[in-house]
Amino acid sequence: MTLSLLITLIPLIPFAGFLINGLGFRNIPKSMVSVIGTGASFLSFLCVFFTYLQFNGDPVIVKLFDWITVGSLNIGFTFRIDQLSLIMLFVITGVGTLIHGYSAGYMSHDSGFGKFFAYLNLFLFSMIILVLGGNYLMMFIGWEGVGLCSYLLIGFWNKNINYADAARKAFIMNRVGDLGFLIGIFLIISTFGTVEYGEVFGKATSFAVGDGVITAITLALFVGAMGKSAQIPLFTWLPDAMAGPTPVSALIHAATMVTSGIYMIVRSNVLYTLSPFTLEVVAWVGLATALLGAVIGLFQNDIKKVLAYSTVSQLGYMFIGLGVMAYSSGLFHVITHAFFKALLFLGAGSVIHAMSDDQDIRNMGGLWSKIKITAVTFLIGTIAISGIPPFAGFFSKDEILAHTFEHNKLMWVLALAGSFLTAFYMFRLFFVTFTGNFRGTQEQEHHLHESPSSMTLPLMVLAALSVLGGFIGMPVVFHAPHYLNDFLSPLYEGSRTVMEGFGQVHLSHSTEWILMGGSVAVAIAAIFFSYSLYGKGGNVPEPDQEISGFKKVIYDKFYIDELYNALFVKPVMRLSSWLYSAMDNKVIGGLINAISSGVAEAAGVLRKLQTGNIGTYVWLITLGVIIFLGFSVGTEVWTSLKSISK
Amino acid sequence: MLTLILFLLPLISGIFLVWNKSNGLAKTTTVLVSLAQIALFIYTASVFRADASALDYSLDWLSDFKVSFHLGIDGLSLVMTGLTVVISGLILFATKDLSYGNISRLLGLILITEAALIGVFAAKDAFLFYFFFELALVPVYLMANLWGGDGIARITLKMFIYTVFGSLLMLVSFVVLYLFAQTSELADLAKIPVNLRPGLNNLLFWGFFIAFAVKSPLFPFHGWLPDAYSKSPTPATMLLSGLLSKMGIYGILRILIPLAPAGTANFSGLVIYFCIVGLIYGSVIAIQQFHIKRLIAYSSFAHMGLMAAAALTLSPSGIQGSVFQMVAHGFSAVGLFYVAKIIYDKTGSRSLADLGGMSQRAPRLAVLFMIILLGSVGLPLTNGFVGEFLMLRAIFDFQHILGITAVISIILAAVYLLRLYQKTMFGPVTSFTENIEDIGVKELVVLVPIALVIIITGVFPNCLLELSSGFAQTLPLIK
Amino acid sequence: MFEGSFENIPEIFRQIPLINIVQLATILFIIGVVGVLIRRNAIIILMSIELMLNAVNLLLIGFSAYNSDSHGQIFVFFIMAVAAAEVAVGLAIIVMIYRNIRTIDIGLFNKLRG
Repeated sequence: MTLSLLITLIPLIPFAGFLINGLGFRNIPKSMVSVIGTGASFLSFLCVFFTYLQFNGDPVIVKLFDWITVGSLNIGFTFRIDQLSLIMLFVITGVGTLIHGYSAGYMSHDSGFGKFFAYLNLFLFSMIILVLGGNYLMMFIGWEGVGLCSYLLIGFWNKNINYADAARKAFIMNRVGDLGFLIGIFLIISTFGTVEYGEVFGKATSFAVGDGVITAITLALFVGAMGKSAQIPLFTWLPDAMAGPTPVSALIHAATMVTSGIYMIVRSNVLYTLSPFTLEVVAWVGLATALLGAVIGLFQNDIKKVLAYSTVSQLGYMFIGLGVMAYSSGLFHVITHAFFKALLFLGAGSVIHAMSDDQDIRNMGGLWSKIKITAVTFLIGTIAISGIPPFAGFFSKDEILAHTFEHNKLMWVLALAGSFLTAFYMFRLFFVTFTGNFRGTQEQEHHLHESPSSMTLPLMVLAALSVLGGFIGMPVVFHAPHYLNDFLSPLYEGSRTVMEGFGQVHLSHSTEWILMGGSVAVAIAAIFFSYSLYGKGGNVPEPDQEISGFKKVIYDKFYIDELYNALFVKPVMRLSSWLYSAMDNKVIGGLINAISSGVAEAAGVLRKLQTGNIGTYVWLITLGVIIFLGFSVGTEVWTSLKSISK
Repeated sequence: MLTLILFLLPLISGIFLVWNKSNGLAKTTTVLVSLAQIALFIYTASVFRADASALDYSLDWLSDFKVSFHLGIDGLSLVMTGLTVVISGLILFATKDLSYGNISRLLGLILITEAALIGVFAAKDAFLFYFFFELALVPVYLMANLWGGDGIARITLKMFIYTVFGSLLMLVSFVVLYLFAQTSELADLAKIPVNLRPGLNNLLFWGFFIAFAVKSPLFPFHGWLPDAYSKSPTPATMLLSGLLSKMGIYGILRILIPLAPAGTANFSGLVIYFCIVGLIYGSVIAIQQFHIKRLIAYSSFAHMGLMAAAALTLSPSGIQGSVFQMVAHGFSAVGLFYVAKIIYDKTGSRSLADLGGMSQRAPRLAVLFMIILLGSVGLPLTNGFVGEFLMLRAIFDFQHILGITAVISIILAAVYLLRLYQKTMFGPVTSFTENIEDIGVKELVVLVPIALVIIITGVFPNCLLELSSGFAQTLPLIK
Repeated sequence: MFEGSFENIPEIFRQIPLINIVQLATILFIIGVVGVLIRRNAIIILMSIELMLNAVNLLLIGFSAYNSDSHGQIFVFFIMAVAAAEVAVGLAIIVMIYRNIRTIDIGLFNKLRG
């Protein structure tokens, strides 16, 4: 099989799966639906794998056809295989396959089973297009495509109008980001005359660091990343997106789609390296998001909401990494995060499944013995996210922190504080859910059961990955090869050209040891603190009405949703009503009505001239004749007088 | 000759159907004529590829005045004629199964409209263009009046006066040019403006522009639109939004820019501002509408603003984008209005407040509605995206701030269209939507082709862009 | 006026200068106009109109004679015929009006008031 066909098959197989399941799910038995869905994902994974085997380090570009040709602009429908897209494809199809398999168990009682798998495959297709696309517009296809799938899947249970609202909110907030992305693309076209990655980055190397246009482009693109990757100020959709089925939260809102912002920045690393200002913005926005997400996560009581805010927070860390030019570290965290966050979400799904669809951790407790596999894997995920060596999260987060330390000490301190919070709320979640006594209803307790193997198997695989995944990027001090960095190195060719000393670390080994020790110590301290409160202490978060003071502010997410509502939604609504009733009806419509009634009124006045009295008419006729005669005679007299005076 | 047949076939069959009484015969004729038209058009397109001049047809008409019956097809005309043929076919297919009284007459009027539109899009003579431009409105006016709801007479009268007012200004401009050229051939008229005084050029511009602005309509000439779109019977609304509105943009490309180049250069900036204001204005208003047809009407109005603005940027991207978007919008607007009609026929309500949960009862409708909607939202791989991408890029290049403002409309489009979808398809079932049935073959015959076109031209837009690129290069002032 | 072709004019006409005819016609016309303007009786107005008509006829005849062109005089015959018909119709209308409202004062004919 030729390489280009293989590459084309990667997105095509999930698309075929989508078509088969989407068009025929009424006629296909449930068991076949899940086989087709999961199989498509797995086949796609195999294609990625074989592509990887044939990959020799040079980017492979497959052009299917000319997509849009206008004037001098020619945008091809191209795919690009290089180190970055391969890594992303592995994560997407790999984690995707596991989650497809998990869904076969999780969604088995749902009436929309076939529809669900069709949507998942469509998502996979869009996500693959996003990372596989060979130019910015291809990325945009995927970008909007995953937004659509996210909309469809969040609103999967759309009978509930709140879920449908959450879906709409996600789509619209993403569109706000897309606005930025689109403007970025426009700027790229007008600056470089092309959108193909290779050409854009090639031409970009001739720009000077800090160039205004590049800064504008990168800022605009970053707005897009903010939307998709849920950064301040466009993050509020992600927690609401938890309305979707849990596998969706795991796949889309934790492992893959939300990391596309990071993918985009790593992809455009040349442009970002050229613009230190944007990088600074990226880093600080990431930091702010990391802290805000972590703080809000502290007191949430919905198991999925905690994980959602934790995702927001972890995405913030990735952006910190990108902001300090540690692109690989950001990507590293994307990979490890995909493992452990998918694991946590799927674990949460298993818990919810066991709890008969209850998501409030205050009703749980003591589940450790009841659902052992879920509990153990969940614990592994929790340790991984908290940054305890040698679990995956430790390596990636530590790398980001080390680079941050080198870049800005204050930033490092704040980021470290964030990781304290992370470890604290994650273990709070764990202790409240799995230790102590069961607090739910009798009925729930009766129903408690471990999930079927189709669900636990992905959990175990992901747990294994969460343990081992970090070893692809060992810190320098261990003198082990950093496989990831070595693999990704060709991507930064452009960045190295435009900036001397790019990617070199100047930390001494002792500093690195101290940093590592520091972050581990912070994590362990947080775990103990959490243990003393919720584990040994056995505290249970209080019911909603008892939450007060500053804690309530945090519990209510700093009222950011309400703020946006008051700041954007309500004014637009009011403007809309006003424009309709006052502007369109009164002014535009009124103007027209004024003209027509003006005509009518003039007619009313003028008709008075028609007295009906013949005498008047005759007088007027005579008068008219006299005036016209007088005028023509007058002009004749006037001209002759003039000629005389000459 | 081919062009003439393309024009005469719907005209003659339309006149026949107007007098015909038998419903069965009417439906058969409609189907046959629509299919024949599409076949003819495909043949025309193949002839066009070989030799475009073979499609010219000229007949002396008012020879004393050097006015001839001159039809011809170039890239733009081909696109527009194709759009007319296909969209009219879809409208005919949709209408023949709707429960209107005197259906034969209704179908006949649609066919006559189709003939007039083909006349507009193929006319190479200013007088002929004007004639068809006016003629196209007459059958729609009759349809609206004969099959419309309460208070329609007042609304159609308003629409008629509006458009006639605009058209008269266009006529004046034509006459001015005619007086200089002594012929009404468009190609000859285009040679005149260079030698005219700037003031006269500007007047020509406004004469033409107001005519097209009323027809499209563009802000602030849209006073007739909300009522006319929402109160007319659906076939008339589909014609108005899908095809008649395109005459305005077509006029800008075919008449305004070539015949008033100096005026265009002077005022296009100003006009683009107004168009963008209209774009945002229409989008914002659409957000709070509860009447489905009115919502779609405002959305349609907003899109027209974008097309006009892009065309007037006079860049290849803008012009080709707006030509492409005319096609895209034609399909999605017709699709949306048709879906609105289906929803109304099934539930008896056009108010978003009454509806909900239809996706549970009518999944096929929900899927097709979604695809059409996404085309309208401008999701990549639908044709709406290609058009909007090109147009927004052109406006962005024209002026950055304006471009950013225009891009906001894609957010607003998502807001109001998803609201429309959610309030009809999602949520709990209401008393109106409890007992509805899913759509059947009759509706699928119309909606599936629309959905297919939306996707296929979105994935392979070059098949259309190629056609318009030749035309774009013939326009003056291309930057 | 018409000096160049003076010789062509028949002897009998040369004795009356054209200006006299024009003056007479003007006086007649003005009498007619004033009659129409100031009288309210419909029949008198009709008569005044006839007077104006005849003033014009007179002019036509005068000019045609001086121009040695018989067209004008032929035209006058037509006018007289039309005028006769017109008077007949006019009088009939006036009679009808009189029958309806018992007066022929034009000040009271204002049914067409806007």
